[in-house]
Amino acid sequence: MGARAPRGRAPGDAEVSGDLPVVTLPPEGVVTAASAGQEIVLPARDRYHDVVAAYRDGGYELLSDLCAVDYLAHPPRALPGGVAPERFEVVATLVSPADRRRVRVRVQVPEDDAAVDSLFDLFPGCEAMEREAFDMFGIRFRGHPDLTRILMPDDWEGFPLRKDYGVGRVPVQFKEAPGPR
Amino acid sequence: MSDDVFVHETAEGSQELRERAATPPAELQREVGSVLRLPEGHYVDVADLDVERPDDETMIINMGPQHPSTHGVLRLMMELDGETVLRTKPIIGYLHTGMEKTGEELTYQQGGTNVTRMDYLSPLNNELVFSLATEALLGIEIPPRAVWIRMLLSELQRVSSHLMWTATNGMDVGSTTMMIFGFREREMLLGFFEKATGLRMNHNFIRPGGTAADLPDGWEDDVDLICENVTLRLDDYDELLTGQPIFRERMEGVGALSAEEAMALSATGPILRSTGIPWDLRRTMPYLAYDQVDFDVIIGTYGDNFDRYAIRLNEIRESIKIIRQVLERMPAGDYRVQDKKVTPPPRARIDESMEALIHHFKVFTEGYKVPEGEVYAAVESPRGELGCYLVSDGSAKPYRLHVRAPSFVNLQSLPVMLRGGLMADAVATISSVDPVMGEVDR
Repeated sequence: MGARAPRGRAPGDAEVSGDLPVVTLPPEGVVTAASAGQEIVLPARDRYHDVVAAYRDGGYELLSDLCAVDYLAHPPRALPGGVAPERFEVVATLVSPADRRRVRVRVQVPEDDAAVDSLFDLFPGCEAMEREAFDMFGIRFRGHPDLTRILMPDDWEGFPLRKDYGVGRVPVQFKEAPGPR
Repeated sequence: MSDDVFVHETAEGSQELRERAATPPAELQREVGSVLRLPEGHYVDVADLDVERPDDETMIINMGPQHPSTHGVLRLMMELDGETVLRTKPIIGYLHTGMEKTGEELTYQQGGTNVTRMDYLSPLNNELVFSLATEALLGIEIPPRAVWIRMLLSELQRVSSHLMWTATNGMDVGSTTMMIFGFREREMLLGFFEKATGLRMNHNFIRPGGTAADLPDGWEDDVDLICENVTLRLDDYDELLTGQPIFRERMEGVGALSAEEAMALSATGPILRSTGIPWDLRRTMPYLAYDQVDFDVIIGTYGDNFDRYAIRLNEIRESIKIIRQVLERMPAGDYRVQDKKVTPPPRARIDESMEALIHHFKVFTEGYKVPEGEVYAAVESPRGELGCYLVSDGSAKPYRLHVRAPSFVNLQSLPVMLRGGLMADAVATISSVDPVMGEVDR
């Protein structure tokens, strides 16, 4: 080692020019709204991947966060634009470095078929975050290369962050400690 | 559940790095660097990568979770060809304590004690992001003095965290002198934190609504002394490490990452900046009063270990610059909002006012109710973008508390950095990612 050369495009180089597709954001037919002053987008589940792809092509090049929420114990909620609420929600936060904007993509995931498309082909950085969502909520990400548990042990049963997963306490058993006498 | 099996169910050993023959092609492609995203959006073909070896010439070894140089309980499984690293897989979760679940059981008032334990090298930033998220949901504006106190503490914390990093990084490349130096300087900062907040770590000082207390008398002198000392000693570090040929040999060109890779892998903080992308939330999406202070965003060129070292060292200088401006411009006034529904009234008021007693009792027993909604707040922690996604159902406890931990996400870039490098450089590269396992596993 020791050879010191920038990998890939050197900073300051001209952007790769070419016929970039013109992207209109938000994509058509997608519900957008604001939540506490932040931009949110609620695509249908089968359009989730396309919508995120459109945002990526439109300059939202950084996936800053991806997590899931279990709305089982939440009081009935009304989503903007008449989107039908489901038990799970996958929330992806995208950042546009050029415009310095954030957008949050919230997709509803039903309980009986808890699966969405993986964003791995768009953002390889979602790998660990999707694994975490799978580990904690049991939501499957179609197309993820290695969807295994990440924080819990391999043989763990249940999905800890689901609302029907008890907080419970494990009774501590003091065995094999007969004491001094 | 759908029937098609695209998930390896949670069978024994599936988290581990497997031999090539036993690894599905998609997973293998990722492990050998499919993240090398080309401008057209295509992936590099496995066959095109040059350092492949047949299975019988390589060896899979295990590094960690108890290796002292892995900064906690990080376990890496590495496929080696001689001394060259071919594939790496970080295996995490050894420190998982379910803090996000715990957060759902604690009120917003108590939540600070939980989040502060995640990134134990910069606890104040964790409290800050949690408080910012809660305040966004509450829709309250905190007084200017609280903003500037938070900024002061956040920058001091950045200095302390980067000093700790410089120290451990020095130790990882063989300089025990640097380790002693770094810890010595950090001690001054921890001393100040103890004086101001009562604790050296896990302060729970920045709370929704402001801070827990005002700064102690004479804080200006303490901070001034810290600035002076750290500035002087940074020059010592330059002399000890920056210009030293052995250190540069170990760091330059090692663990390189390109800007495209860093972006694709969602890396933030010094890792992203080392590749030349000037992305610092303090500048690009200002929070607190960072748009009112003058500082530079340090970026690198090569994205290697040396750049990450240089960025952190110079960020200490920039933080000192900010701290000096805070010293000059600290506004007077309240250190927390005077909204008795959110912050408890002063202790002295309890003796004379029934209202104050009730509010005090309510805040500490049931907490305060936060309007229904969801919000994402982010700050620039020493390790990158620290985010907090908070969902409220209108009760006094968060319905969902998710922390976007920079170390957790940045760890994904480690296999790319290590690939093709030497085993002996791995320790230095792990260190340059600066993972804090408390935050990775939460």
